[in-house]
Amino acid sequence: MKRQNEKNKGRGRRQAGFSWTWVGMQAVHMVILVILVSVLAFFLLSVSPIDPLQTNVGQAALGAMSPEQVEKLKTYWGVGVPPVERYVSWAADFLRGDMGTSLLYRRPVAEVIGEKLFNSFWLLVSAWLLSGVMGFFLGILAGRKRGGICDRVVTGYSLFVASTPAFWIAMILLLVFAVRLKWFPIGLSVPIGTAAEDITIADRIRHAILPAAALSITGISSVALHTREKMIAVMESDFVLFARARGESEYSVIIRHGIRNILIPAMTLQFASVSEIIGGSVLVEQVFSYPGLGQAAVTAGLGSDVPLLLGITVVTAVIVFSGNLAANVLYGVVDPRIREGVARS
Amino acid sequence: MKTILKVQHLSVSFTQYGRGFGRRTVDAVKDLNMKIGEGEIVAVVGASGSGKSLLAHAIMGILPYNASMEGTMEFDGAPLTMERVKKLRGHEMVLVPQSVSYLDPLMKVGAQITKGDKSPSILEKCQKVLAGYGLGKEVMSRYPFQLSGGMTRRVLISTAVMETPKLVIADEPTPGLHMEAARRVMGHFRELAETGAGVLLITHDLELALMTADRVVVLYAGQTIEEAEAAAFSDEGNLKHPYTRALCRSMPGKWSSEGDTLCDTGEILEYMRKEYGR
Repeated sequence: MKRQNEKNKGRGRRQAGFSWTWVGMQAVHMVILVILVSVLAFFLLSVSPIDPLQTNVGQAALGAMSPEQVEKLKTYWGVGVPPVERYVSWAADFLRGDMGTSLLYRRPVAEVIGEKLFNSFWLLVSAWLLSGVMGFFLGILAGRKRGGICDRVVTGYSLFVASTPAFWIAMILLLVFAVRLKWFPIGLSVPIGTAAEDITIADRIRHAILPAAALSITGISSVALHTREKMIAVMESDFVLFARARGESEYSVIIRHGIRNILIPAMTLQFASVSEIIGGSVLVEQVFSYPGLGQAAVTAGLGSDVPLLLGITVVTAVIVFSGNLAANVLYGVVDPRIREGVARS
Repeated sequence: MKTILKVQHLSVSFTQYGRGFGRRTVDAVKDLNMKIGEGEIVAVVGASGSGKSLLAHAIMGILPYNASMEGTMEFDGAPLTMERVKKLRGHEMVLVPQSVSYLDPLMKVGAQITKGDKSPSILEKCQKVLAGYGLGKEVMSRYPFQLSGGMTRRVLISTAVMETPKLVIADEPTPGLHMEAARRVMGHFRELAETGAGVLLITHDLELALMTADRVVVLYAGQTIEEAEAAAFSDEGNLKHPYTRALCRSMPGKWSSEGDTLCDTGEILEYMRKEYGR
């Protein structure tokens, strides 16, 4: 009993110290991961057959130059400089905010990424929220009664969609809702032939609906299946059995015990699914010619735009890792077993 | 003495799917009869796998979905149908489960005892019940993982006495407790019986059962092999079945220095396997 009292007294202070150290550790973890991703991406690109002179100057121009000029250009583009040295100078500039100049857009990479990210932002966020919320409710509906009608429909849908590529769904949506029914535009993020100042929020939303739907239709399935799994485990747990034995109604069992116990794993899943949404957006934006970050990544890859590709890789890695970091930190804040300071082991 | 619960010819069986399309039915409880009167403590004793927890779950209507049940049950003089169970459980018939896993790990203890009712009278009642078991009101704002084993047990009993039950079913209420704490928990059930409730005590511990119960039912492989007054166990000559007699002899108090009265466990188990198939 005495030990218990001491524990209570120290709880307030120790809890803060405990979790801040832990958050700090998680952040350090994330920084290390981002550095590793950038190193990997940099060296993969450095061994790719992209020749800096040919891509930046062009084969024809290069042929018309004197060897002295070529030699000068080689020094300018750093040909022959060891990759480690090149990485260090690139990373130092990157940290200062200078991500280099995009080959295809002829503008600073930071500016291009900012613009593309702005275009993609609402698309990604709405797809992310929609798939999370819908998946959560479908998962509860399915897991509530294993083997029931709802379970079979939701599981069937999820397995079907999970085995369907996102770009194919995007094409089907495009065919049905844009080409046949003409409810939505067939592509781009704004109407064609409209002055920039005349574009309204409504226009932007109308253009984002189909891509967002394509992204979330596939995103729902994994959230729903995971939530269903957790819900089944909860519904078959001892404490739900006891709640039933105490005369709690089915509604009360689901609301009071079910949702309480699946909310934490669902939240973790939601933040971890950021990677899926970003990954899916690369293909979906391509199908809808949506000028977002995903399409820019494809363009950069196909067009040998090394600075832009590196920039996008690092920025998306930061976004995905931030999602995971948020999931881990929230877990600690929400789960009383961690928050109230008992070792997980 | 008025009969609170009467169980007649209760059988519980499971359908299992074997290899291929094979399907078989396993009888977990076979033709079980028992009754509990007002103010009486009846202990059901059996080894693990003898079907004693299933008896509790069958009465409370919480058998797993692949189980089927036959036989009749009467509660307080009227047949106990599924609809009636749903109305009565948690009010007139309550279950005291066996471990902390029966509490929601993410809900504070107070909210679980009150079932989320925040009215002042219920909260006050909850405090009073906890105080009756020597627990302060600060326990209400704890999570289950913050309770010790003995506290958990008392919290679980508290859930049972928030209302005035006529039947209390206690499923293995003492494992993990030392003798002193177990005795205290048994005392709490005796108190409940003294208020007029019938208590069904499910345990594997014959010694503990004899200490507390008025009557003892011994289960083996889902069948009742002996039903006797607790007092009858003082002399094994009162007991009919060789298994019960052996069980009786094996209690520490009955050990004699010569050793010849000790049971031969191997022999009796061999006999039981032949007789009951497991």
